[in-house]
Amino acid sequence: MTEMVPTNYYVFLAAALFGIGTAGVLTRRNVIVIFMSIELMLNAVNLVFVAFARHFQSAEGQAIVFLVMIVAAAEAAVGLAIFISIFRNRETLNADEINLLKG
Amino acid sequence: MLTIPETSWLVVLPTLIVVGTGLLILLVDLWSEGPDRDGLGWLGIAGLVVTGIASVALWNTHEVSFSGGMAVDRFALFFNLLFCLGGILALLMSMNYLENTDIRVGDYYSLTVFSISGMVMMAAATDLIVFFLALEVMSIAIYALSGIWRRQLRANEAALKYFISGAFATGFLLFGIALIYGATGATDFATVQEKLAAAPPELRGMATAGMALLLVGFGFKVAAVPFHFWAPDVYEGAPTSITALMAVGVKAAAFASFARVFTDALGPLMPEWREVVAALALLTMVVGNFLAVLQQNIKRMLAYSSIAHAGYLMVGLVAVNDGGGAAVLFYLLAYTLMNLGAFAVVIAVGRRGQPNEQIDDYAGLGFRYPGLGAAMSIFMLSLAGFPPLVGFAGKLYIFSAAVHAGYVKLAVLGVLSSVVSVYYYLGVLAKMYMAEGTTLLDSPSSRPYLFACLLIAAAGTVLVGVFPSSAYELARQSFAALG
Repeated sequence: MTEMVPTNYYVFLAAALFGIGTAGVLTRRNVIVIFMSIELMLNAVNLVFVAFARHFQSAEGQAIVFLVMIVAAAEAAVGLAIFISIFRNRETLNADEINLLKG
Repeated sequence: MLTIPETSWLVVLPTLIVVGTGLLILLVDLWSEGPDRDGLGWLGIAGLVVTGIASVALWNTHEVSFSGGMAVDRFALFFNLLFCLGGILALLMSMNYLENTDIRVGDYYSLTVFSISGMVMMAAATDLIVFFLALEVMSIAIYALSGIWRRQLRANEAALKYFISGAFATGFLLFGIALIYGATGATDFATVQEKLAAAPPELRGMATAGMALLLVGFGFKVAAVPFHFWAPDVYEGAPTSITALMAVGVKAAAFASFARVFTDALGPLMPEWREVVAALALLTMVVGNFLAVLQQNIKRMLAYSSIAHAGYLMVGLVAVNDGGGAAVLFYLLAYTLMNLGAFAVVIAVGRRGQPNEQIDDYAGLGFRYPGLGAAMSIFMLSLAGFPPLVGFAGKLYIFSAAVHAGYVKLAVLGVLSSVVSVYYYLGVLAKMYMAEGTTLLDSPSSRPYLFACLLIAAAGTVLVGVFPSSAYELARQSFAALG
């Protein structure tokens, strides 16, 4: 039998993905790309849950991943609707140009 | 054979009533037509009244069910009553506010009630995953509601900013939950607490990292500095009645979970989180109060004021074992009454196509509309913490709990920062009574629901302020249910 990959490797990989997602949210200007970066963060978390579920030999962490995916899908539905209504009114999805509110 | 665990449905009864009300509104909306759609709002109010009655009937019940996922106890029930009160007042002011907009009322009322169902679930959740799902039920409905006035560019922008920052915060919150799951192998509060109390240092370190990420997530949701940047823009751009619900309901629900997660599940980590929360509280009070002084728009001013109030509430959490917990609950009640009242006045001052949201628009209103002026005076003085109004009693309980817990400096700095707040709250009153203005309003008698809402909020602000002891006793009993 081949040796299993240690759990902490997965956690470090997930932390790296989470960091990339965070950097994407903070540096990108197109709101759809920002949203993709948020999805990357959520999927990094899913990887952590699956890795721990394997570590504990329990199904709980795997089940949680499904719940997270459902929430992400619901968020995407509302988020894309918001993006569409902005694009209809403004014809831009650049975060720097969406700046009516400030002070 | 597969055995189904025994389930107590009482635990989810309040949630089911609220969700049922929301579904009913959706259905009725399909069959009702015409411009007069107040019926849907009344349906929502009726559902919340029933939820409140059910919560009172369950007052002596203390049960945990759904595999340790949800609980019915006085803590949850206190918050149910608070959400019902806030929800009813928000629906009342919506019924007159919506007349001046072109928002589709069916969507509006059902989403409002669904967001309240998320709040009710948040207060009852005793599992990190249930809490996460409840938070999302609430948040997703509020994202949609803040952008529901689709032709308004400002509402679009508010929805976008709230959605992006909210989803970003969710990522942190979830990563925190994942690390705590990794450190303890569980997500229900009882097991997490037990495992953490006996955790070896390296697992404790991982749980502490998870706690820090949870704190970032909560910081976003309650609009604590430095995670507050979204709040002023969103509060300004969203429809005013939704801003009111956001400022009161969402904040109360977030603090309910904040208190529950950090004192119950993460109780063993208290030495780690206490100083951090104290520092955040101080920063939040000072930054919120100083930036509020600079605002010209009343909704932005109330946004920074709500940031400052989140700071006071976090002071209560720091002193949670020395009476701070009960003080937080009492303060949330006070905050619900006075803040919803203030937003009702903001709605009353607006007209169709003429929102009158600059503080300059309030010039001279105090003399020309004496009733409205008196109501605004009550709410502003209460928010500033003048006796004998409810805001004073709330601040007194919070800061005396902090002194009791040995956080004297924090309490003193908190009180000093609230002195700054007197300046901008009284600034509105000075404008109303000492300046000449020409702003015309719709007569209050043509807007009966708004009038009722103002009356309830003003009466509550005065009465609970003059007789705070029974409400405080209720808060104390409710918080005691956590321990």
